[in-house]
Amino acid sequence: MGIQTVAVHSDVDSSAVHVKIADEAICVGPAPTNKSYLNMDAIMDAIRVTGAQAVHPGYGFLSENKEFAKRLTAEGVTFIGPDTHAIQAMGDKIESKLIAKAAKVNTIPGFDGVVKTAEDAVKIAQEIGYPVMIKASAGGGGKGMRIAWNDDETREGFRFSSQEAASSFGDDRLLIEKYIDNPRHIEIQVLADKHGNALWLNERECSIQRRNQKVVEEAPSTFLDPVTRRAMGEQAVQLAKAVQYSSAGTVEFLVDSTKNFYFLEMNTRLQVEHPITECITGLDLVEQMIRVAKGYQLQHKQEDIPINGWAIESRVYAEDPYKSFGLPSIGRLSQYQEPLNLSNVRVDSGIQEGSDISIYYDPMISKLVTYGATRKEALAKMEDALDNYVIRGVTHNIPLLREIITHPRFISGDISTNFLPEVYPDGFKGHQLEVDARRELLASAAALYIAAQLRSQKVLGDQRVPTIPVKCTHWGLCVELGEGCHAMEITKSGDVYNVEVDGGKVEVIGAFNLASPLLPLTINGSDRMLQCLSRDASGMIVLQYLGTVFKLRVLSKLASELNSYMPEKVPEDTSSILRSPMPGTVVAVSIKPGDTVAEGQEICVIEAMKMQNSLTAARQAKVKSVHCKPGETVGEGDLLVELQ
Amino acid sequence: MAAFSVARSSCGLINGLRVSFRSLAQVKHGAVSALVPQTNLHRDCRWYSVSHLSVRERIEKKRKAALVGGGQKRIDAQHKRGKLTARERVELLLDPESFVESDMFVEHRCSDFGMEEDRNKFPGDSVVTGRGRINGRLVYVFSQDFTVFGGSLSGAHAQKICKIMDQALTVGAPVIGLNDSGGARIQEGVESLAGYADIFLRNVMASGVVPQISLIMGPCAGGAVYSPALTDFTFMVKDTSYLFITGPDVVKSVTNEDVTQEELGGAKTHTTVSGVAHHAFENDIEALLNLREFFNFLPLSNQDPAPIRECHDPSDRLVPSLDTIVPFESTKAYNMLDIIQAIVDEKDFFEIMPNYAKNIVVGFARMNGRTVGIVGNQPKVASGCLDINSSVKGARFVRFCDAFNIPIITFVDVPGFLPGTAQEYGGIIRHGAKLLFAFAEATVPKITIITRKAYGGAYDVMSSKHLRGDVNYAWPTAEVAVMGAKGAVQIIFRGKENQAEAEAEYVDKFANPFPAAVRGFVDDIIEPAMTRKKICSDLEVLASKKQVNPWKKHANIPL
Repeated sequence: MGIQTVAVHSDVDSSAVHVKIADEAICVGPAPTNKSYLNMDAIMDAIRVTGAQAVHPGYGFLSENKEFAKRLTAEGVTFIGPDTHAIQAMGDKIESKLIAKAAKVNTIPGFDGVVKTAEDAVKIAQEIGYPVMIKASAGGGGKGMRIAWNDDETREGFRFSSQEAASSFGDDRLLIEKYIDNPRHIEIQVLADKHGNALWLNERECSIQRRNQKVVEEAPSTFLDPVTRRAMGEQAVQLAKAVQYSSAGTVEFLVDSTKNFYFLEMNTRLQVEHPITECITGLDLVEQMIRVAKGYQLQHKQEDIPINGWAIESRVYAEDPYKSFGLPSIGRLSQYQEPLNLSNVRVDSGIQEGSDISIYYDPMISKLVTYGATRKEALAKMEDALDNYVIRGVTHNIPLLREIITHPRFISGDISTNFLPEVYPDGFKGHQLEVDARRELLASAAALYIAAQLRSQKVLGDQRVPTIPVKCTHWGLCVELGEGCHAMEITKSGDVYNVEVDGGKVEVIGAFNLASPLLPLTINGSDRMLQCLSRDASGMIVLQYLGTVFKLRVLSKLASELNSYMPEKVPEDTSSILRSPMPGTVVAVSIKPGDTVAEGQEICVIEAMKMQNSLTAARQAKVKSVHCKPGETVGEGDLLVELQ
Repeated sequence: MAAFSVARSSCGLINGLRVSFRSLAQVKHGAVSALVPQTNLHRDCRWYSVSHLSVRERIEKKRKAALVGGGQKRIDAQHKRGKLTARERVELLLDPESFVESDMFVEHRCSDFGMEEDRNKFPGDSVVTGRGRINGRLVYVFSQDFTVFGGSLSGAHAQKICKIMDQALTVGAPVIGLNDSGGARIQEGVESLAGYADIFLRNVMASGVVPQISLIMGPCAGGAVYSPALTDFTFMVKDTSYLFITGPDVVKSVTNEDVTQEELGGAKTHTTVSGVAHHAFENDIEALLNLREFFNFLPLSNQDPAPIRECHDPSDRLVPSLDTIVPFESTKAYNMLDIIQAIVDEKDFFEIMPNYAKNIVVGFARMNGRTVGIVGNQPKVASGCLDINSSVKGARFVRFCDAFNIPIITFVDVPGFLPGTAQEYGGIIRHGAKLLFAFAEATVPKITIITRKAYGGAYDVMSSKHLRGDVNYAWPTAEVAVMGAKGAVQIIFRGKENQAEAEAEYVDKFANPFPAAVRGFVDDIIEPAMTRKKICSDLEVLASKKQVNPWKKHANIPL
């Protein structure tokens, strides 16, 4: 658009991607967000210094902060977003519901007052329509909550809930509202200008969530028919108009299994998942926002807004999906390669190889968006993209993402906000290998092992003592995977490895590039992208296959046989105590007893030789006791912190 | 004196190993008389000296006997300890079917204490020797057989080892020793001691001519330890290998210290505290497989260039992650291993002594397929300063590389030598001089990259231009100066009120690569992302480097 840009950044982000691509960059403070990205004074200064005429607040941070918008307006700087009154109106949960109701937007039917008796409850439930949810007025965490599908259950639920509420919260007041079974989270993108025009840009299906945070989104939704879509769209536009909304915004709805939809809230900013709407409508939302902010009229009419194809977004996070579907992990991206070699793939990220994923900011690595003419195409592309995505140095959630998008329930569109706990009631455990897939994995590991062995024999240059090539076209290997040990026979001709394993035959074709993290193989005729995370001399091979990381150990038959004589070793646990690795002064202690620390989280900082050394937790744990305090001098090996 | 200590220690050791012999009839003194066996095997063995068999049959019998060493019972006992037999080890270490054994028929020559009896003779005695191939490349190997007299060293045993060492020297190929021996063959007395000395002499003669590697896979005590100590690299197997001059019993009687074998001379002790061993591995199999991998880095002899392996990693690969690796604040640490791994081929770095003197990192890697030795200060540990242990660790590694034509790449981030009485009393002056000496005398290609600090004398030491560095680079974050800003300001501007301003002035003047660059002390200031590309192309050119030090009998490194 020919607009000069200024990036603001905190000091740790001084070499971040957004800083590099902006025309100018201003540091607005140190790493903690309240001192930098949330520091309005510093940002206002940056605006003054650079003479910026408008501010795009992005998402998060100050994007829905009416104070910030006000201060900008006061200085005559355009806030690229809605007016302050819209931010304020939609920012308040109760007020927004009242406005929505007034604008004839469906809201969750419920009794706003306190329910006195069981019969009252029945009467109200009948008015609302079953099923209903009876919940403690003071409630939370599922306590004092009952779902009732008929009158009897309502009476019973009333009794239990009031008892539970009384004992849990010391307050037995109850509320009743419509229960939404199998709710889906579907939102409508709206775009409005300052001249009273507003459009709805179709929906985004955001039901796959964990802890109320979206994980996988798609547009359009498999669930909506044109009638429902139109109804939702029109209500969203009504709401936008009701608050004289301008700019891009999102109206979130809960949709039940019979396509009744209810207003949840409105986000008065650009959403993280906006790229999928851009994909299917062909509009650039940020461009539109800037145009609207400038005061231009919308360029499009409602009938101009198409649904072209299908778009899916996976949120790639630096987190461990094996722990509650994702606990943040931190580290340095030692290797990072986005799957941009594929067509119809868009990756929005703010990091690059070498970036630190720190505790200061959201652990999101990127938004991976794939697009296709059909949903099937978009999903297949997503599979490819996830397999081609190289992330090393931090734990990431690609295993989970890939499992979700290939799960039969997801593929059939049978999803709800409870998808993850329903599909993985015992927590996510990674891809469960079927017999064929296991054979393929074992065969791939063996082929890689052989490729590496053969390469070791390729010594170049003149040899004073000639190397005697090991002539071998047939190998007998044993591959350990989990508890099992699989014997296999391999023959090789050219790039074709024929592997006999577990009573089956696998043909692996691949010209192995041993330096590349990606291993493009053709296994039994189908193309597979595996990744090699590590490989060592003792036969350990760590492969990412179907999204999940598997540890294998490849040994020759002889080594495997002799391996049975090797004693089992119990690893020494030193992760629960932290000792000073050097003499020095304690500069800072970042934790206190009772805190829970994540693996790699900073525990304390020791200064020695004018250098600050950050000591980190070896694993996730609760802090048992702290034996040092800032300013103290410690010797090498002194006990600093004990973990539980 | 040395002879005494060897003999004495062997006694101590045999006591320490009593458990292993308990299954056999025990006689009070000495090791071998206790070993005189009554197993079935030895009844078998007796056949070979029966004269009515033809020569051909006798050959077969002896070969068969040699293959089972001390017999199945002892083999089982060896396995029970989590150890492999001498032959199993050789088989794992070498390419399949490449082992060419020598001296299978050698027997000990002791005739005292009943040793002359047939049942006490084992073809091949207590060591397996020969040559073979690792990934097609020639190597000489000896593997001590603990199942025969506890692997104890007889005259014959020593003779076998000496023979392959002599051969290795004549053809120019490395020697790998797999040590698993109770010590001297006490029955043989001085003959055994002579055997040790013969080996020591060859170790010394071979030093710098062919690479010598020791893998300690069981006990190695008394005088025996000096053979591994003389070799270039000593690796150990965790929990099953020990190295000490005298065992815990003798230690107790002399110094009244209570110490276990593991504490005294286990893998952990030697890889973290004493610095005697260069690496420790989980078990025999991992150790042998890693040894194969390690061997791939080494040239066969000092007449051979560093080996070049087919490389899949592009030599002109840019490494953008390095542009951000040196932290914003110059007092903050980072991991030098991150830099090394990002630059070398395939992130493949074989670190030597990873758990000892961690403030310096040394090890082998490849650049465009060619073996290089890497030396780097480690800012993460003790700020990367040089102290006694790190200087000695670095010096020995640099000398190995220089001896075997392996180019040296040095990454510098050093705040100086570690101050303090402990260091001064410990002789940091003469130990630090070793590293200085090693870098200065090295004539192999030397490439140096200053990533951040290069302060004071430590700057000079770390393969600086002045010590004949071939190519010296600085990153934009480099600070080549006599000392840090604070200290310098206190001296230059003593008494000046505005210290902060003075400090800023100093930082502006000296805390950057320019003072060194304008004098030509660094050849170029390069973007970190370009480092790999630059090094690879420099090595290409330096492959033909020829530099000769003045003739001397040998230099006199400050020991």
